[in-house]
Amino acid sequence: MCADQAPQPDTSRRRAIELFLGGGILASLASFIYPVLRFLVPPAVVDLGGDEVVASKLGEMKPNSGKIFRFGSRPGLLILNSDGTYRALSATCTHLGCTVQYRPDLREIWCACHNGTYDLNGRNVSGPPPRPLTVFDVHQRGDEIVVSRKREA
Amino acid sequence: MATLRIKFRPLPAASFAGLAGFILLASCLGYGQAVNSCLDCHSAQPGRLEVTPEKFSQDIHAQKGLTCVSCHGGDATSYDPDQAMSRKAGWKGKVDRRQIPQLCGSCHSNPAYIRQFDPSLRTDQLDQYHTSVHGKRLAAGDAKVAVCIDCHSVHDIRPPSDPRSTVNPVNVAKTCSRCHSDAAYMKQYGIPTDQFAKYNISVHHDAMVVRGDLSAPTCTTCHGNHGAAPPGVDKVQNVCANCHAFQAQMYEKSTHYKAFQAASLPGCVVCHSNHGIHLPSDAMLGTGPGGVCMKCHAPGDRCDRARVAILSNLTQLDGAIKDADQALHLAESSGMEVSEARLAQDQARDSLTKARVTIHTFQPTLVDQDVQAGMKIAAANLKAGKDAMVERNHRRIGLGICFIAIAMMLIGLWLYIRKLES
Amino acid sequence: MFAPLIRWLDERIHLDDLIAPFKHKTVPRHRLSYWYFFGGITLFLFIIQVLTGILLLLYYRPGANEAFESVQYIMTRVQFGWLIRSIHAWSANLMIFTAFVHMFSVLFLKAYRKPRELTWVTGVILLVLVMGFGFSGYLLPWNTLAFFATKVGTEIAGQVPIIGKPMMIFLRGGEEVTGATLTRFFGFHVAVLPGLVVVLIAIHLFLVQRQGMSVPPKVEAEWAANPAARREMKFFPNFMLREMMAWYVAMGVLGALAAIFPWNLGVKADPFVSAPAGIKPEWYFLFMFQTLKMIPSKVWIVDGEVLGVLGCSLAGLLWLLLPFFESDKASRAKVWITGLSIFALVYVIGMSVYGYVAN
Repeated sequence: MCADQAPQPDTSRRRAIELFLGGGILASLASFIYPVLRFLVPPAVVDLGGDEVVASKLGEMKPNSGKIFRFGSRPGLLILNSDGTYRALSATCTHLGCTVQYRPDLREIWCACHNGTYDLNGRNVSGPPPRPLTVFDVHQRGDEIVVSRKREA
Repeated sequence: MATLRIKFRPLPAASFAGLAGFILLASCLGYGQAVNSCLDCHSAQPGRLEVTPEKFSQDIHAQKGLTCVSCHGGDATSYDPDQAMSRKAGWKGKVDRRQIPQLCGSCHSNPAYIRQFDPSLRTDQLDQYHTSVHGKRLAAGDAKVAVCIDCHSVHDIRPPSDPRSTVNPVNVAKTCSRCHSDAAYMKQYGIPTDQFAKYNISVHHDAMVVRGDLSAPTCTTCHGNHGAAPPGVDKVQNVCANCHAFQAQMYEKSTHYKAFQAASLPGCVVCHSNHGIHLPSDAMLGTGPGGVCMKCHAPGDRCDRARVAILSNLTQLDGAIKDADQALHLAESSGMEVSEARLAQDQARDSLTKARVTIHTFQPTLVDQDVQAGMKIAAANLKAGKDAMVERNHRRIGLGICFIAIAMMLIGLWLYIRKLES
Repeated sequence: MFAPLIRWLDERIHLDDLIAPFKHKTVPRHRLSYWYFFGGITLFLFIIQVLTGILLLLYYRPGANEAFESVQYIMTRVQFGWLIRSIHAWSANLMIFTAFVHMFSVLFLKAYRKPRELTWVTGVILLVLVMGFGFSGYLLPWNTLAFFATKVGTEIAGQVPIIGKPMMIFLRGGEEVTGATLTRFFGFHVAVLPGLVVVLIAIHLFLVQRQGMSVPPKVEAEWAANPAARREMKFFPNFMLREMMAWYVAMGVLGALAAIFPWNLGVKADPFVSAPAGIKPEWYFLFMFQTLKMIPSKVWIVDGEVLGVLGCSLAGLLWLLLPFFESDKASRAKVWITGLSIFALVYVIGMSVYGYVAN
């Protein structure tokens, strides 16, 4: 405000209104639009979806070996049999929830926590496990080994 | 007979006659199907002689078509007690306790016979029984020891899979305790009688009864059933290894294995006890109550230093996991989404469990490897929790900025309206 | 800066003619005027719903295997995803709340009287549709609470005699609540309901515009006695500016709720686990839910649940037709309707609180 020019109450009031209204509109629009613009930017981590996951690449695994992969929020176990076929199961032991592993020497799935074993179809063969492991579907897409949940019957 | 000596009264007599006629008719019609005069009488007998059709029908043997005669002999088709229970008809009466294993074995040790009912049922129970403490004492003339019917019950023998069976996993401990917890009964044998009481407060009982895990061990899991005997001082770890495979493997390579063998100490039991096994805690490595190491080791020696190293390692990871849990809980209660870190916490806990298993190598460096893996995960989770709180503060700052904008707008509008309407 | 553009447009489509009705429109000004704002706030919240809903559609995927994960993705990975979803969820609740407030204010200020019966009817239908939005939207994150609330809710719909069962199967897309139900609810939520609501809002607003604001009978009587006291303000800009202030306040409340209490996600639905204890619907269904729970299982020879569902439907129908029971002349019906309104308000609040507290 200039000192030499006595401010008229009317203009200073109009200035205040302009300041508040204009500033308010700009600031509020900015604070509404900024989150929306950020929301529109696709995140770096692409959502793969909950029902399928790329568990391995072709040629990555040796025959007669197993690999733990992340499936959603739980671990899964992918097994490459000696005959070149793949098999995927839930890797969470049905007894107390430890992570199971493939035993190439026994050709069985083994849980180290209480010595439980499952066969390659996920059936609980011996030891404490009360229920079989969930079996997933495996298929090949290009050179990717894709594991997906079995479709609801 | 007592029943025939009732005073003559027309109506009851008539109904009695009618009933008798009905029974006669029914038994004639049913002849060759299920005539069992034994049960008709014994269902009305008092006390120990009572066997009702309801009770016997529960018996697996009855369900498979066996009758009283199969074990007791005699003639079940006759309603004349003298004929039905005549020695000539092969009646054996009450089977002597000493003969029971042999009697059961006459079928159960015969693979060809058992195969007709259940081809996968084992037929070595009698052989095993002969090797058991029970069997040996029986052979030596002690009739107080358990024979088949003491555990399996009699006349209502159910298969072990039936939850009501006395030998169903859930009921086994109770069944054994009927004799083994009876101090007066066990007095002459000079063995403890507190096994059942101890088992009832053990982690294995908790797993079986509270958590319903039927694979959890009960008496017979470690002692055997038909061949029941203590596993033997130097073979304890073999028994435990059936479920605790890693621990046993590590133990057998450790220095303790040789030392315990040399001192004839019972392996796992030395630290974990036998019947009253508690969920192990890190306090077992401590020097306070529950500590086990210092019972043998001297303070300040090489082993004591290893103990201190392992214990501090485990305490460190345990503390780190708890800190991360707390941070995540705080973030969650302020509405932040930290489910991924929550999941990763399980992995940290897995590492801690693994480290606790690795204790059985008694090597601090190996335990440290597992602990460090867990520490890394726990630290990341702690960071996730803290980041979430920082993010929460950012949100509040953002909200504050937004409020300022809104407040400006409201003041501006209000002033404008006032000007408009003045 | 905008002047040339406005002039350009005006030359072609005669903006003046378009704005004219709004320029002439006035709003009565009296001590109860502030109740007029709630309709506008509800409309504003609906606009927020449309905008945030469209944003959520960019990342949301319906389907039993994907829905929960995609919402989790929005909440954790997408920048400001938590904000958009929390605003959508909070705004939904606030919208239903303000719609109820709007309805009861109209009821107590007697704004539903002739000639505004149709405004009331469209308003009640809008409320039902908005509750339908709430019901269908609640399932979309596919978490445990939503799953069981939907199960119970559709079960109740199945209690209606004759048409109940087919209706339940139609809603669920099968005998059970499955992924098929989710697909359906998604369709209702983003296509069917928005279409219907937009049409009805247009009619509702057209009627308000056409008939002007109602003045409460008491104020009307005072004004009749003393014409000098009659006051009004221009709709544009005076009332509109005040309404904007209300909108800004609403925006601030929404932002605060979303930032301080982000809407939580819960646990992914698992059809095979048993229902958590004390499962309850969202608060706006509680009064009906509690009513159904309190009816005994058998009333005379009729099934209690059937009776409850029929009773609620009948009450809803009477509510819809309420204006037609009131005549112009002072009559007993007026007192009766006032009594009924008070009873309805007390009943809805009482039952909701009781339902919230009861387990």
